[in-house]
Amino acid sequence: MLKLKVNEIEVEVEEGLTVLQACEKAGVEIPRFCYHEKLSIAGNCRMCLVEMEKSPKPIASCAMPAADGMVIKTNTPKIEKSRKGVMEFLLANHPLDCPVCDQGGECDLQDQSMFYGIDKSRFKENKRSVPDKNMGPLIKTQMTRCIHCTRCIRFATEIAGVPELGAIGRGEDMQITTYLEQSIQSELSGNVIDLCPVGALTSKPYVFEARPWELKKTESIDVMDAVGSNIRVDTYGWEVKRILPLINEDINEEWISDKTRYACDGLSNQRLDTPYIKYNGKFEKATWDEVFKIIKSKIKNTSKDKIAGFVGDLANMESSYIFKEFFDRTLDTNNYDCRTSNYYTNINERENYLFNSKINGIEESDLIFLIGTNPRFEATILNARIRKSYVNNLTKILSLSDVGDLTYPYKTLDGKTKTLVDIFEGKSEITKDILNAKKPLIILGESFFKLQSADFLFNLIKNFLTNNKKISESWNSLNKISTDASTVGSLDLKIINEKGNIFENLKANNFEIIYLLGQDNLNFDKKNEFIIYQGSHGDKGAEIADIILPGAAYTEQNGHFTNLEGKIQKAFKASYPPGEAKEDWQIINELAEFMNNRKLFNDKDELESSMFNYINLQQENRVLSDQGTASKNFAESENLTVTYKEYYFSNVIARSSKTMLDCNNSKLETKKTGTDG
Amino acid sequence: MTLRKISKEQPERFEFTQENLDEANRIIKKYPKGRQQSAVMSLLYLAQKQNDNWIPLSAMKHIGKILDMPYVKVYEVATFYTMYNLTPVGKNFVQVCTTTPCMIRGAYKLVEACKEKISENENEFVKEKNCSWMEVECLGACINAPMMQINDDYYEDLDKEKALKILDQIISGKKPEPGSYRGRLNSEPENNRKTLLDVKNA
Repeated sequence: MLKLKVNEIEVEVEEGLTVLQACEKAGVEIPRFCYHEKLSIAGNCRMCLVEMEKSPKPIASCAMPAADGMVIKTNTPKIEKSRKGVMEFLLANHPLDCPVCDQGGECDLQDQSMFYGIDKSRFKENKRSVPDKNMGPLIKTQMTRCIHCTRCIRFATEIAGVPELGAIGRGEDMQITTYLEQSIQSELSGNVIDLCPVGALTSKPYVFEARPWELKKTESIDVMDAVGSNIRVDTYGWEVKRILPLINEDINEEWISDKTRYACDGLSNQRLDTPYIKYNGKFEKATWDEVFKIIKSKIKNTSKDKIAGFVGDLANMESSYIFKEFFDRTLDTNNYDCRTSNYYTNINERENYLFNSKINGIEESDLIFLIGTNPRFEATILNARIRKSYVNNLTKILSLSDVGDLTYPYKTLDGKTKTLVDIFEGKSEITKDILNAKKPLIILGESFFKLQSADFLFNLIKNFLTNNKKISESWNSLNKISTDASTVGSLDLKIINEKGNIFENLKANNFEIIYLLGQDNLNFDKKNEFIIYQGSHGDKGAEIADIILPGAAYTEQNGHFTNLEGKIQKAFKASYPPGEAKEDWQIINELAEFMNNRKLFNDKDELESSMFNYINLQQENRVLSDQGTASKNFAESENLTVTYKEYYFSNVIARSSKTMLDCNNSKLETKKTGTDG
Repeated sequence: MTLRKISKEQPERFEFTQENLDEANRIIKKYPKGRQQSAVMSLLYLAQKQNDNWIPLSAMKHIGKILDMPYVKVYEVATFYTMYNLTPVGKNFVQVCTTTPCMIRGAYKLVEACKEKISENENEFVKEKNCSWMEVECLGACINAPMMQINDDYYEDLDKEKALKILDQIISGKKPEPGSYRGRLNSEPENNRKTLLDVKNA
């Protein structure tokens, strides 16, 4: 530990920290532009100057390592004068266009010039003007405002792993640009907008939409993938204007993926705002009473095992739970499932479907083995962690199949399940690597669980890891990447048709009533089924429906989501459902009341506490040894092809979003023109 | 100085000749393993020499691939240094020094010569002459002012007449003798030495 004095305050800091961090520990705020905790140190904005004893000149505190016995002063007239000088230089070429700048109100330069700026300019020459650059459909550039902090370059190179941004030219003519002004090929590119301390990089879809102080800010949870990134939803009246990341070191640090950030314009397109009934192939508007009446009579006239329910990828746990209760208590059937096909899912133990090593654990790992997954598109933020682990520790990364560019180098195996069997039966070189690794990370993707021999392979891998003490109290190397926000929550709630053959019956058109709770991804040919679709957007599910119940999207209702690590987080209501639409749990509760004259739950609190009781009960009563059902035989070698949903169109909200369409098109265009020469 | 833009006309492909590739590998070997990116400046210069004194984008990509570094990083280096030409300058690239010592000794006469023989404007590539000229800052040969640099060679102690002659030869494809045009050896005094007479090899 090093002892320093900052403005007469004594602080102790660890070795390797900088003077700026020491000052922060002493509670002294240092102005800065280029310094950012998560990025490497550049030291080029010079705003963080402080005075150090025995140093004739002020020092840049962000780049100076703290040393024992340093005496730092941050509030002397000399420092104020030097910071004012730095600020004057920064403002010399910065345009005075704050009234038309989207950064206005949340601009570092604006804020800090309130303290260090002077009210008039001594710079009489013409200001520098820089042509704007194309950075794709998400980032609007106004490069004259750029103060060359290089945060965006460092982010793209270090965190996103796409070294496409650079500073060309030099001195006054330095310009930040992407290579030949192509759009940034990253799913994390939106984060440079948050990083930019001025208005040089702003959000294109959000351009001139609102001022930060007019927006209502709600802290919430993202549902675009199963990572459960913490977000802030900014609303203006009903409309969700933008989504920003919140810092959560355990999950998303302070980044979010482009889909999380920009799919929000899908929340105002294609919305279902009133109940609909299909007459002769055409949807007609109806009232809640009318649709409930039809549903009631249909259900009364159908035997209970001819009714099936499917929970979709964006449903929160409250809705899923009341949906399950509706089936269990009102309809008295357990024909419900949260999956889209009958792939192998073992819910005997919770660790079978969780990312057990935790997202933070990725950084400690020394060997990462990806099986049937493309984390870049299935869990973007998690992929950024794997990259971080690679950058910090040069972690060895293997993948069974070749899944393309993951932003870090990895070794590809042949993609055959036979290879997996060899590895986990101890007949391969890689076996030794796994055994020698202190904290290996075996990551199974959903494509793995869709294999025919997934059952056998999963148990083989799990037994191998258990026998070799790679699954223990301190480290559990078995990991599954779920792709949907609702998956883990639904499995915790046991919304799964384990014994029955719901998917075969669905394919064979054996059901007469199908109730879809936001489920748009089912793959079957509709014949005479009566389909009830409850959801927020008019998409595939609503198209085939006979009755549409308009529900709420994730920003319009309070609800819990369990992320892929098994962490329960609550998403808060930022807006309200449009038109006649209601919150999902309310619809089901009212439907139950309509049918039996008895509500399932009196209010949301009762629903919530009942749900948590159920989850706790399930976890206590889990059947521990159910290995008997595992098939003992390895049928034949299969090719493990990694399939995942198209990144920009993975759910109804993203599919309704114009921005996501633009992103997809820009990516296609780049592919066509070809970036490799 | 403004940001130099890359040429609109870019050749499709660029590859080092075998000779230059060997040279590139020799340069790369100077640096420790994993630090091969340090060779980027030498390789850019090599590419510039090979490609008639300018660096096309395909050369930057080629170098990026050889050194295993992102294209934009090569691009950054190439745009940073003024000695890398990003647009065609011709096989004969004439640089006239117009910094004070040369200016006093009549550098603008050389500029006039260039305007007459090559093109009216500087930085203008004349295709049929395969030549262009530009004014540059001090080239460090003040004692032999005025002077100009053509490709790798210095032509010193010039006046307008001599410059015109040199340019004529250059354009017609000949290579005039570099060095002083008043018969001096390097930068020795014009009418023989007057000091250090007792030192033989001074």
